[in-house]
Amino acid sequence: MAPFLLVLGLFFLFLDLKHKLFFWRLYTTIRLESPMSWGAWVLMVITPLSFLWSASYLKELVPTWRWRWKFLERLEGLVIRYRTPIAWVMILYSLILGIYTGILLSAFNARPLWNTALLGPLFLVSGLSTGAATIMWMSKIHLERRLFTRIDLILIGIELFLIIHLFMGFLAGPEVQIEAASLFLNGRYALPFWGLVVVMGMVLPFFLEVLELRGKKIPAAIPAILILAGGLIFRIIMVEAGEATRYLY
Amino acid sequence: MRYAMAIDTKKCVGCSDCVIACQIENEVPVGYCRDWVTETVHGSYPMLELELRSERCNHCDNPPCVRCCPTGASHVVEGGVVLVTPNKCIGCGACIESCPYEARYSHPDGHVDKCTFCIHRIRKGLQPACVAVCPTRCMYFGDLDDPSSEVSEMLRTRKYKVLAPEAGTKPQVYYLV
Ligand code: SF4
Ligand code: SF4
Repeated sequence: MAPFLLVLGLFFLFLDLKHKLFFWRLYTTIRLESPMSWGAWVLMVITPLSFLWSASYLKELVPTWRWRWKFLERLEGLVIRYRTPIAWVMILYSLILGIYTGILLSAFNARPLWNTALLGPLFLVSGLSTGAATIMWMSKIHLERRLFTRIDLILIGIELFLIIHLFMGFLAGPEVQIEAASLFLNGRYALPFWGLVVVMGMVLPFFLEVLELRGKKIPAAIPAILILAGGLIFRIIMVEAGEATRYLY
Repeated sequence: MRYAMAIDTKKCVGCSDCVIACQIENEVPVGYCRDWVTETVHGSYPMLELELRSERCNHCDNPPCVRCCPTGASHVVEGGVVLVTPNKCIGCGACIESCPYEARYSHPDGHVDKCTFCIHRIRKGLQPACVAVCPTRCMYFGDLDDPSSEVSEMLRTRKYKVLAPEAGTKPQVYYLV
């Protein structure tokens, strides 16, 4: 599933460009200072890798599967042989990719809401949590489900801590950041953020997961969907609210 | 060389001639502009004070727009002037989000556009179009590294401010107050 979701995401990124025919210009330079340049190059590496990775499992899932060309067979052999190093590379790259959105936004110093070093880690943890929720939901192996439920509990805890810390930082910051925080504390975004993201998307699934681990019968889909929806709404709100914040002069 | 502009808020009458001169000189598409005039009012009626400012890209000394650009389309040329190369720009909007002054806009052709300090005129020894056209002569353009230039002179003899200095961008359009 992962490679297809990646490509879907890439497609949306492409749609968002306004000068589309020039998108290849991303790949004629490497700009170390620009987070977006990093993101583009990371995606360039991880997309084909994740396709290879998934394809190498195809025979296990569909025993009758045969590759049509010789070189694909050989490629598959190669991927299977080097699975461990490829896995490490993919983990590293996916961490960069997970933190990338947050870092991208935090580099925009004109938007006080985004301009904080905590945004990267926060986006990473929220992304990992939605990932854990997906595995929790999709996995058929009981042990794996339990493991990822536990992991997700820890991730939600870290996420809540980061959110509180984020607002503490804003309130102790310059005027523009106090303004940005007030959008969430008593302004337009207070209800959707604390209600939908924090309560529905984090606290509620947290308790459901705890109950599940205690042996109560709760369909894994419920907390997972809550977390996925919470993660999505979190991103939408952060992007929209961030664009509304600015310097005053 | 460090090109800069000083704009006298006490002389500006808000006629917007600079806006129109720029639109014509730079063939800015209809409905868009690279410079604009803002009014801020202080005090309460009838004791009011109005400040008029002709605003544009500040050609920052520490430009976040250039830092964020993934393709190098936004870049710095002689005198610290910040330019955009249209056929390198992918229209990602990173620079628009990173500019604290809303100096950039998305051109209908897809790329990003903004004030160039009329670098094509400067290279010919002319003044930027807005400076040349201003009927009250409230704008001064020149090289800050040259102590005898008009801008240096103005910044030496007058009180001035820059916009949102706390953003850390080191803007190079100075407002005489
Ligand atoms: S005013 Fe905005 S567009 Fe111009 S150099 Fe500064 S940050 Fe860049
Ligand atoms: S919109 Fe164009 S100029 Fe702006 S950051 Fe993206 S590529 Fe660079």
